[in-house]
Amino acid sequence: MKTIFVDTQPNGALAPKQSRWKELWFLFRQNRLSILGLIMFVLFFIVALTGLFLTSGQEPLFDPAQVRLQEKLRPPISAPNLETRNSANVPTLGVFILGTDNLGRDVFSRMLQGAWVSLTVGFVAVGISVLIGIFMGGIAGYFGQRHINWYHVLVVMVMTSGTILFSAGFVYSGAVVLITGHLLLFSLFLIKKMWGEQNRPKWFRMLLKGAVSVDTLIMRVVDIMLCFPTFFLILTVVALLPASIYNIMIVIGLTSWTGTTRFVRAEFLSLREQDFVTAARALGVGNLRIIFRHMMPNAIAPVLVSATIGIASAILTEAALSFLGFGVPPPHATWGNILSEGKRFIFDAPWLTFIPGISILIVVLSFNLFGEGLRDVLNPKLRERQ
Amino acid sequence: MISFIGRSIIQKTITLFFISVISFLIIYLAPGQPSQIDPMNPKFTPEMLERFRKVFHLDKPMHVQYYLFYRDLLSGNAVSWKDNQPVLKKIWERFLNSLPLFIVGTLLTWTLSFPVGIRSAIHRGGVYDRSATFFSYFLISIPGFFFAYIMIIFVVNTFHVSVIGMETFGIGDNSLPHLIMDRIWHLLLPSVLGATAGVAVLSRYVRSQMLEVEGQDYVRTARAKGLPPDQVHYKHALRNALIPFVTMFGLILPGLIGGSVIIEAIFSWPGMGRMAYEAILARDYPVILTVNFLSAVLVLVGTFISDLLYMLVDPRIRL
Repeated sequence: MKTIFVDTQPNGALAPKQSRWKELWFLFRQNRLSILGLIMFVLFFIVALTGLFLTSGQEPLFDPAQVRLQEKLRPPISAPNLETRNSANVPTLGVFILGTDNLGRDVFSRMLQGAWVSLTVGFVAVGISVLIGIFMGGIAGYFGQRHINWYHVLVVMVMTSGTILFSAGFVYSGAVVLITGHLLLFSLFLIKKMWGEQNRPKWFRMLLKGAVSVDTLIMRVVDIMLCFPTFFLILTVVALLPASIYNIMIVIGLTSWTGTTRFVRAEFLSLREQDFVTAARALGVGNLRIIFRHMMPNAIAPVLVSATIGIASAILTEAALSFLGFGVPPPHATWGNILSEGKRFIFDAPWLTFIPGISILIVVLSFNLFGEGLRDVLNPKLRERQ
Repeated sequence: MISFIGRSIIQKTITLFFISVISFLIIYLAPGQPSQIDPMNPKFTPEMLERFRKVFHLDKPMHVQYYLFYRDLLSGNAVSWKDNQPVLKKIWERFLNSLPLFIVGTLLTWTLSFPVGIRSAIHRGGVYDRSATFFSYFLISIPGFFFAYIMIIFVVNTFHVSVIGMETFGIGDNSLPHLIMDRIWHLLLPSVLGATAGVAVLSRYVRSQMLEVEGQDYVRTARAKGLPPDQVHYKHALRNALIPFVTMFGLILPGLIGGSVIIEAIFSWPGMGRMAYEAILARDYPVILTVNFLSAVLVLVGTFISDLLYMLVDPRIRL
């Protein structure tokens, strides 16, 4: 990608200079499905944002929670009953655009509110997983060759067992083990400083030997995560924890970071050997600056793609959890729980199933298509052949 | 070779140990007690509770519980807290129910996605490719249970057959062909629905692998030699594109135990997925942990098999 712009013959004819974004946009524009995806993506974002403003606050313009029992299960675009009409029962626009549900709540308002909640679930879950993924992948890729010493392992083991004991209810013994861990850490640190390189006793030199490389450690953790059946794990945790929208976001985020970690690690492993990184290091640029300023912009492409698709799958996971009864709990409407409540009335009120179902389909589809377009544009291998 | 097998067995045992610890901790540290599952039940007197806790070792400290549980699991003595059935027997019965779904679903996935993916790759950018791409994204993006409901309503209204459950209720003494047809109808819809996402994902993967290989120099050489296009596509390109898929045979294995919770819940199919779901609802810890443990074992065995297959198929790989 970078070599495109480097012209090694200064006296030859120069290609017209294009900025990187312009070129990406030009390539992206050729994929009509992705453009459609991008438009839907932006549209959904605007709808969700306006929905947030129109449905929240003390007296929202569209009240998603107002129950009108005499208006229940009205089909879309139906006016409220004339004889029962009073100011509180008339919807904001005069008609129920998308009908009402079994409690007479306006589906349009609920969809507006749900758009924002679904979007938040997707974005926060993916945000968590991308942050963990970049962090772990970056460490594994950049610092992977370094070793963790035995005394690190020792201290971490003592600390972990202390924490587990503490949180399992053995407060006293847990605290003792934790304090021992801290003392151990300090004393080992002091001993290391006190004895120079030469006159360390043999047992201490053993402790300073490398036990396992950072890379191996992180990749083993990823292996362990990959062994859990993901949906089953999410279901277990969500079912055992108290129902809340934050738990769902966190659990989805914590179970889906392995893909990002692998991408970032692979990118970093190849980037680390490249000349511009060596040059930066030779100039005395610090590790953090090399990572975030020089390497990350080159490694971010696959992460972006997987994040876009991850948002889509987080929305689907939330809908699936709602279906099983473990979704976002009632005060929040999400498209998933409107759909799973509506399925009980699929014959009497098909709009309760089809409106949220088709909305989820369209939004998830647009995220996926957009992600696919991004992948094609950002992948130089696929581009060359065009 | 031998050293690779030895190394990976050691590595996988360590991984398995950590998995057992983590899944036990998730369950153990979760708020609430299994003995409080039904507080309104008048049979649950404090004495009963005490007995319950004692019988299932819930009064022991954590590490003892961990040891006792996995000892029971590995010696095959673990019993479900809900109905005192041996866990392995319960899982085996449900596994036999899930097996037909799994077999039909896997067959559908593998037989459909290859032709679709290869054709899309050969006619890259054409109408067929673009509509296949759109259609596979459509299948990935639709919420599974929404799609299932639409399909159920469609099939039931069009063909007037019943599809919920493993067989029509009370069909007992009918003729044999009738019974077989009934089974097939009941099997068809859940396995097709279970396979849709698989077909969509796998056909995309086949397409991208095929495109990758079609861009290689040796394929261009073959074409330059004047070989007929079919021979180039199916002999030179396809054979090399297939290598990654051989390894995926190993990765099918974990699907054996997972079962699809959603599909089985919709179709009231008494399979593994639903049993796991019911176990979660009832806080039946032995069943949850056993399912988790077995699926982790299957993942590890699956990756091991796929590594071995990779070595067999591709002589360039030396592990």
